[in-house]
Amino acid sequence: MNLKSMSTAVGLALLASTSLASAEGALNIYNWGNYISPDMIKKFEEKHSVKVTVTDYDSNDTALAKVRQGGHGFDVAMPSQTYIPIWIQEGLLLETRPDQMENFKNVMPEWKDPAFDPGRHYSVPWALGTVGVGVNTEFYKGDINTWKIVFDTPDELKGKVNVVPEMNDVMHAAIKYVGGEQCTGDKEVLKKVRDVLVAAKPNWIAMEYNTIDKMGAGDFKATSDWNGSVLRQRLANPAIHYGYPVEGFQFWSDNVVVLKDAANVENAKLFQNFMMDPENAAMNSAFHRYANGIAGSEKFMPADMTSAPEVVVPEEFKKNGEILQTCAPEVTALYTKIWTELQK
Amino acid sequence: MATAAEIEKQAEAREVRNRWFLSAPALIIILLAASGPLLIVLLYSFLTPGPYGDVVWKFSTEGWVSVFLERDIFDDTLSFAGAHLTIFWRSLKLAIMATVATLIFGFPTAYFIATRPERTRDIWLFLITIPFWTNLLIRTFAVLQVIRNEGIINTALINLGIIDQPIQMLYTDFAIMVGMVYVYLPLMVLPLYASMEKLDFRLVEAGYDLYATRWQVLKRIIFPMVRPGVIAGSILVFIPAIGAYVTPSVLGGGKNMMFANLIELQFGQGRNWPLGAALSITVMAIVMVALLVYVRNTSGSEARHG
Repeated sequence: MNLKSMSTAVGLALLASTSLASAEGALNIYNWGNYISPDMIKKFEEKHSVKVTVTDYDSNDTALAKVRQGGHGFDVAMPSQTYIPIWIQEGLLLETRPDQMENFKNVMPEWKDPAFDPGRHYSVPWALGTVGVGVNTEFYKGDINTWKIVFDTPDELKGKVNVVPEMNDVMHAAIKYVGGEQCTGDKEVLKKVRDVLVAAKPNWIAMEYNTIDKMGAGDFKATSDWNGSVLRQRLANPAIHYGYPVEGFQFWSDNVVVLKDAANVENAKLFQNFMMDPENAAMNSAFHRYANGIAGSEKFMPADMTSAPEVVVPEEFKKNGEILQTCAPEVTALYTKIWTELQK
Repeated sequence: MATAAEIEKQAEAREVRNRWFLSAPALIIILLAASGPLLIVLLYSFLTPGPYGDVVWKFSTEGWVSVFLERDIFDDTLSFAGAHLTIFWRSLKLAIMATVATLIFGFPTAYFIATRPERTRDIWLFLITIPFWTNLLIRTFAVLQVIRNEGIINTALINLGIIDQPIQMLYTDFAIMVGMVYVYLPLMVLPLYASMEKLDFRLVEAGYDLYATRWQVLKRIIFPMVRPGVIAGSILVFIPAIGAYVTPSVLGGGKNMMFANLIELQFGQGRNWPLGAALSITVMAIVMVALLVYVRNTSGSEARHG
C-alpha cells in the first residue's frame, strides 16, 4: 500500500466516521398508537440524519403520568388541547417558541393563537378532529346527526352500539345532550347526565377503543368515535357514515410539544418546524386521516380526504361544535364518580 | 478439650449460620421486591390526591374512607360504597366460577394424563403447556376470533344452514368465562397432575374389589388423596382470575368494570391515586383472608388418608 492510497483510505474512514456521527442524532417520540406516518418519519430521518424512535401511549392520562414521573427518555409528545394547559402548568414543557420558527407562517390563522397555548409558545398542530357518531346505515336509516344514537338508541341499533370509553368525551357528549355547558359542575345538570347515561347503558354492547376493526367486522353497528377513525371505516365499508350531533359536539386538537427534560432538544425543534411544512403535514394526514391545521396542505392530500365529510365539517353543522376545555380538578372528580357509577 | 456433644453443637450452629447466610440474598430480594413496593402502596393510600394524578404529601384518610363510604354527589350524604361492592362482587363471582370450571375440566384431563403409560405422559404434559408459549393477550384475541359474530363458529353454523343470524357470544359473561377457562386451564391441570401422579392406583383397585361404585371411588379415594393438588390448582387459578383485566375487557367489552379496571381508573382518568392504592390493599387483604380460610378448611382432613 503506497502512501497515496493510504491517505485516501484514512480520508474515507474519516468521512465515514463523520457521517456516522451525524446519523447518531436521535429523536424519541411519545405518541398515541397508530398515529404517525412511517413515510413521513423516514423523510425526517433522511433530511436531518436523525434516528427516530416512536413509543405508543393509549391515553392522555397515561402520557401525563409517565412524563411527570421523569426518566422516560422522550423528547416529543402529542397531548390533546385539554391537557396542554396542565403540561404547561406542571412545568413539563420546554418553551420552544414555535411562533418564531420558519414554518410558523403555514399554520392556519384560526390555530395561530389557541386558548390552550396562547401565542403558540409551546405547541405545533399535529391533528384536528371532532367526536361524533359512526353508524352503519345498512342497519339504521334514520337521522344520524344526533347523540340519540348513543343516549336514546333507536330500536334497530339496540344492543349493537359501542361507546369509546374516554371519560371526558362521553361526559361532554352527555352534558350537551341534556343541554348543559361543558365542564359544568352544576349538580342539577349532572344528575340528568347520570340518569341519561345509566338509562342508556343497557342498549350498548361494549365500551371499547378498537372501533375500526369491530365496525368493519360487524360486531358494532354504531359507535361514538373520532372522525378520522370513522373515515377509515367508511373507506372499508361505504355504508358507514359519520354524524355530527346537533346537541353539540367537540372539536379537539393534538399538538406536538417538546418536553423540558428532552435529551435531543435541537432535533425536537427541527421536528416541530418540520411538522408545519404543508407537504409533511399532508403526508401525516394521509396516514392518520385527520386534518392538520396547516394551510396549503390540502393540495398534497389524497383526494378521498379533501372532500371527506368526516374531515371537512359541513357548514350546517359547524355551529354545533366547540373546542373542549380543561375541566377543573374538582369537576373531574365529580365526573369520575358518575363514570364509576355508570360502569359498576 | 471439647466433648463430642459440644463439637456436634458447634457444627450444628455453623450449619444454621450457613443456611441463613446462603439464603440471605434470596430473602433480601424477596423482602425488598415484595414488601418495598407494598409499603409504598400503603403509604400512598394515606396521602392526598394531587390535582392531576400523583399525590400531595399531606396525610389523609380520605382514600380509605371512600373505599367503603361514598359521599353522594347530589345530596352530599354519606352512604355505603355500593358501586365498589358491586364491582368487587362481580370480580369475585367470576373468579370463583372460573376456578370451579377449570376444576371440572382440569380434573378429568389430569386423571387422563396420570393414567397413561409412563413414557407417553410427558407428551401429554407437553401438549398442556403449549398455550403458555403464546402471550396472554394473543390467546385472548384468538378466542375473540372464534366467537365473534363473523367468527369461526358463527360463520360455520351459518354456512351449514343451522342458524341464519349470528349468535351473540362476544361481549357476554359466557365469552369472559370461555376466555378465562381457556387461559387458566393449564394452571389447574399441572398441580392436579402432580398429585395424581403420586396416587397409588392399587388403592383404586382395592376400592373396586370391595364393591365401591365408581362415584364412591372418586369421592372416597381419589379426591381426598389429590386434595393438595386441588388446593394448589384452585389458588393458582383464583388469584390471577380475581385480578383479571385483559380477558374481561377484550371479551366482555369493558361495559362492566372488574376490580382491576376500577383500580386502573383511579390511577388514570380518575386521578385519585390514594383511593387506587387503598382499593389495591383492600382486595389483597380480602384475597389473603379468603385463601387462609379456604386452605384451613380443605386441608384439615388430609392426614387421615395417604
